[in-house]
Amino acid sequence: MDQIIVQVLNGLDKGSAYALIALGLTLIFGTLGVVNFAHGALFMLGSFCAVTFSRLLSFSHEVIDETRTDFLGNPLKVQVPYIQDWLGPDLAASIIQWSVPLSILFAIPVMITIGLIIERGLIKHFYKRPHADQILVTFGLAIVLQEIIKYFFGANPIQTPAPPAFNGSLDFGIWLGFDPVTIMYPYWRMIYFFFSVVIIAGVFAFLQFTTFGMVVRAGMADRETVGLLGIDIDKRFTFMFGLAAAVAGIAGVMYAPIVAPNYHMGMDFLVLSFVVVVVGGMGSLPGAVAAGFLLGILESFASMPMIVQSFPGINQIIIYLVAIIILLTRPRGLMGRKGVMEE
Amino acid sequence: MSNSRFSRRGVLKTGFLASAGLALPTYLRAQEAGFTNAPGPNHVTLGFSVPLTGAYADEGADELRALQLAVEHLNGQGDGGMLNTFSSKALDGTGILGREVRYVSGDDQTKSDVARATAQSMIQKDGAIMITGGSSSGTAVAVQALCQEVGIVFMAGLTHANDTTGKDRKANGFRHFFNSYMSGAALAPILAAQYGKDRKAYHLTADYNWGYTTEEAIRSSTEAMGWETVNTVLTPLTQTDFSSYIAPVLNSGADILVLNHYGGNMVNSLTNAVQFGLRDAQANGKNFEIVVPLYSELMARGAGANIAGILGSQNWDWKLEDQLGSKYSGTNAFVQSFGAKYGFPPSQAAHTCYVQTLLYADAVTRAGSFAPCAVDEALADFEFDGMGNGPTLYRSADHQCFKDVIVVRGKENPENEFDLVEIVEVTPVDQVTYDPEHPQFAGGALGNCNNGA
Repeated sequence: MDQIIVQVLNGLDKGSAYALIALGLTLIFGTLGVVNFAHGALFMLGSFCAVTFSRLLSFSHEVIDETRTDFLGNPLKVQVPYIQDWLGPDLAASIIQWSVPLSILFAIPVMITIGLIIERGLIKHFYKRPHADQILVTFGLAIVLQEIIKYFFGANPIQTPAPPAFNGSLDFGIWLGFDPVTIMYPYWRMIYFFFSVVIIAGVFAFLQFTTFGMVVRAGMADRETVGLLGIDIDKRFTFMFGLAAAVAGIAGVMYAPIVAPNYHMGMDFLVLSFVVVVVGGMGSLPGAVAAGFLLGILESFASMPMIVQSFPGINQIIIYLVAIIILLTRPRGLMGRKGVMEE
Repeated sequence: MSNSRFSRRGVLKTGFLASAGLALPTYLRAQEAGFTNAPGPNHVTLGFSVPLTGAYADEGADELRALQLAVEHLNGQGDGGMLNTFSSKALDGTGILGREVRYVSGDDQTKSDVARATAQSMIQKDGAIMITGGSSSGTAVAVQALCQEVGIVFMAGLTHANDTTGKDRKANGFRHFFNSYMSGAALAPILAAQYGKDRKAYHLTADYNWGYTTEEAIRSSTEAMGWETVNTVLTPLTQTDFSSYIAPVLNSGADILVLNHYGGNMVNSLTNAVQFGLRDAQANGKNFEIVVPLYSELMARGAGANIAGILGSQNWDWKLEDQLGSKYSGTNAFVQSFGAKYGFPPSQAAHTCYVQTLLYADAVTRAGSFAPCAVDEALADFEFDGMGNGPTLYRSADHQCFKDVIVVRGKENPENEFDLVEIVEVTPVDQVTYDPEHPQFAGGALGNCNNGA
């Protein structure tokens, strides 16, 4: 029983990431009709926003420490962050330790700007082109973005720790009547789950309860009629691309302490997120979220040692197996609507 | 009916003649000196096949820096590095056998097929006489097999799987880096001393040949001293979030987690293990411990503070000579050359590639010939010193170097970004030496050296 609870908990944080990426993918597909294979790269860029912000906070000047030597025996050059000069060592250290949550403030404008540049500079030229062209160009863009990141940050993962207050794990099992240290769950993963719930709820509320969101939903249902009412729906859809980029970006920021950012992490999520979107139903926001959590939990279960040892390799194919079964029984996915992505 | 002016017979004839024409220079070069890619009188070309993209790109970049430094030193430029400390004095900074050393480099992408194609291109198009580099056992085995086929010497870079000098060993291939067996043999006594002999281990193992041989080596060494292996689980090489694999460990009855992971896999699995509280946990009345059999400084940098207190093994460390004295001479000379040129200390990947290049050049010079079989003879049971690892033997039976192995631990309070590991102990070479036909290395044969002609 304890193992089942552990894997459900694990699946929730993995599912949170899938759901956030799939939400953005579905938003872009539902509004612009574009199959965006660069969406995983936007998640990766978000992670590197956390890395960049942390480095900006740690931006330093050199001070020669004559009492110590470096590896070549020369006087040691010590890097002193400017923020330490301005705010004192204690406050500066605290701010640097909290760089991941703080970098959300940095990532939102950066990711919206990147999203708008990508949409205006590249994607808009492919609105009327076949989906295959869109996939090719956005996949190419994803490779370009990851190579740029690799050029500046290198190929190895970069540790971006959570604030010390959130290090360690919660003994979840005690709450449920198990022995101590039976079900441990890291604090930061719990925060990530609640954070994703808030973001998903925020996006739904924005679409459901604001005039802007109502127009966007109307445009998703019937673009031409909304246009005939004199509303510049293209401008709103462009904003939605920026919003989707920001959602992917902050999902990446908060994921940085869970898996150390590396240039390839977007590709690791991309294919799975597409499966999530297809299983959830193309264009269905609730479907994307539900499928994200469902497949995250299933993947977690399939990675349990007793299951892997009984069915070697099942952990790598479980998501695709489930996707096949769901699509065979419900060809439009869990919550797909008739007419979406159908000729 | 086709109007084409090309007939099938014509195309075949032209193709045959063109192929023969293209192959002729290589064939003639091989024939005139009795071996493939015999160099002309003025220069000789070495091939550096390293990962410049992919998961081990940082290791590859460091290897390439070291290889470029080796070429400089062989050609008499710079401060000479380890040429000043190497026990063999055959090399004098005038190139190799009076020929200026040049090099070509390529990106193996840490993919076996790409590595093979890259090496093949260097051999066929650029006339490379020796191939070195690489940061994976998969690529090493692939390139080694190619070099054996075409009659070129392969001086392996960072490859740790037993297979490279075990079941996949080849007469034209040579490895300076240590291997999984040596890691197990070096680590086991230290683990017993530090954590006790009554321990239960849980292995997470990368699902490819290096993972298998490392798990086997660590298991057999630790079980021999009394540890019990509770479970072994294979993890996909592409895995980034290991939480599903880590979470069950605490309830498995184990009190030790062995991460048979390298590179990004290791950084992520260790981070997850620390996040799940394994380092602070207690199991079976003991402190829970984590072991990483193969360490690298670049990996330690990636893992950050999570590496603190974790035991592992290394082939070499840039602090060896400063901390353990002149037995490891050559270390400081190399660190000085590398550090002055690039501004940071070299990794063990850089060190092994640099040493391999110098060893090759020295073997050619002592043999008086570039022929692979002459190099083979010169390196057979060659004993040397002054290359940073202490007295070392290149064993003729399997072309594996035997030297001390370093057991290291992640530093609790590193003073700077390069000072991430501390040397716990050096395991003497005698304790890591094994029979060439040891079960972990069985099933392979060097075969005969191939000059290619």
